[in-house]
Amino acid sequence: MRVTFTANGKPVEADDVWEGESLLYVLRERVGLPGSKNACEQGECGSCTVYLDDVPVCSCLVAAGQVQDREVRTVEGLADESGLDPVQQAFIDAGAVQCGFCTPGLLVQTHDLLEREPQPSDTDIREALSGNLCRCTGYEKIMDAVRLASARKCQKVGTSE
Amino acid sequence: MEFLRPATWDEALAAKAEFPTALPISGGTDVMVEMNFDVHRPSAILDLNRITELRQWEITDGVVRLGASVPYARIINELSEPLPGLALAAHTVGSPQIRNRGGVGGNLGGASPAGDAHPALLAAGRDVFVEVASAARGTRLIAIDDFYVGVKRNSMEKDELILRVHIPVADGPQQFSKIGTRNAMVIAVCAFGFALHPKNGTVGTGIGSAAPTPRRAVAAEEFLQGVLAERGLWESGDLLGAEVIQQFGELVKAAASPIDDVRGTADYRRHSLAVMARRTLTWTWNDYSKQIRSAA
Ligand SMILES: Cc1cc2nc3c(=O)[nH]c(=O)nc-3n(C[C@H](O)[C@H](O)[C@H](O)COP(=O)(O)OP(=O)(O)OC[C@H]3O[C@@H](n4cnc5c(N)ncnc54)[C@H](O)[C@@H]3O)c2cc1C
Ligand code: FES
Ligand code: FES
Repeated sequence: MRVTFTANGKPVEADDVWEGESLLYVLRERVGLPGSKNACEQGECGSCTVYLDDVPVCSCLVAAGQVQDREVRTVEGLADESGLDPVQQAFIDAGAVQCGFCTPGLLVQTHDLLEREPQPSDTDIREALSGNLCRCTGYEKIMDAVRLASARKCQKVGTSE
Repeated sequence: MEFLRPATWDEALAAKAEFPTALPISGGTDVMVEMNFDVHRPSAILDLNRITELRQWEITDGVVRLGASVPYARIINELSEPLPGLALAAHTVGSPQIRNRGGVGGNLGGASPAGDAHPALLAAGRDVFVEVASAARGTRLIAIDDFYVGVKRNSMEKDELILRVHIPVADGPQQFSKIGTRNAMVIAVCAFGFALHPKNGTVGTGIGSAAPTPRRAVAAEEFLQGVLAERGLWESGDLLGAEVIQQFGELVKAAASPIDDVRGTADYRRHSLAVMARRTLTWTWNDYSKQIRSAA
């Protein structure tokens, strides 16, 4: 079947999609957006997290046909012409990326957290990231990165007011 | 395989009538795992995401009518007051990403004994109904006590779909407790839901992951209701006493028929059910006492 939807603001079209195929497969293999990673295909690791109509979901658990006419935003859609998203920059600056396999999912999930709650407590951060597994970092640097992104975000808000 | 995308509820029922073996998909958090691992290949997939009614809830005459596809995240954010037990259970499901997609309709559709919505729905009382419909016969209400019929089996017909669940607005404290290895992403080793219903002088229980189906601890409910009525405790809000709490725990434990499996032994499940029963009873009763005292 054919599936058409919006990915990172642009219309995309995927052909010959198998009816049982996941959104993750379509993104990676059919529309050239391999940023979202496939690590478990069962919702356990969060490395495939994308926004579906502004709500973060595991793209491995969304059937491709379910995104017809809807909007998807992947890790590739976080940066814009002015550069990396502050969340991405914070992950680099805090040294929160080792092998990087978990990073795309963590970036999207963190981006959503800070949109909803610009100044989260450590408990809020742990809760928000509880569906994202990382086998390298031990999570401390990831916590640092989220706190850093939050601090920068709050500072920006502070100075613009 | 076909991919069916009905735009309305009537179209969905018509599609299910025409393709009775089509597999409905809502949040996909159960269905897609099976699809990705090739556990089974249905003849067709019936996507329910476009159907507005399934994503809505309303409260009329003291009853929440909860659309089958309202995701857990929204139950937590929007319905914690009228449905405290279900909201607590929802909070223990998977992870934020899973809670953004999965909902009660999918939990009921799968009817796993480990589904976390079930103990909360059972505890919410005997007036909880699953509203299902078919193109041929229209709508019917299935009482929650008649819904679960076997391991991963419910009492729905092949041509039926779940529209919503009717759950009375809480009129007393409710609790939910679950045993697992961490706070996120765990299938319950076992779970327990408990609710006080002061208006009609009843209590509700629900046991998860400790029998072939989710089930109620009937003898425990009857025992506690008897004690509360005889001693006038609903009116006084006085202490229950250790013996009552202990006995309640033992009766909940006796209602289970768990098995040994990878997540835990039958003995451990029985033990932890008694502990959860005592805890949830104590928490809810203490809350209730406080309400009585502050109203006096
Ligand atoms: C990583 C992970 C963690 C999880 N953790 C938990 C947990 O902690 N607790 C828990 O209870 N569950 C858990 N689950 C299982 C799952 O998230 C829940 O069962 C959820 O409620 C399913 O809802 P859904 O909308 O995603 O269902 P779907 O996958 O879309 O459907 C599930 C079943 O219900 C049927 N169905 C769906 N909607 C309808 C309808 N309207 N009418 C008729 N049939 C319907 C489908 O055909 C299918 O058989 C987890 C799953 C994953 C992947
Ligand atoms: S690949 Fe989707 S959650 Fe792991
Ligand atoms: S950096 Fe390797 S899995 Fe997280």
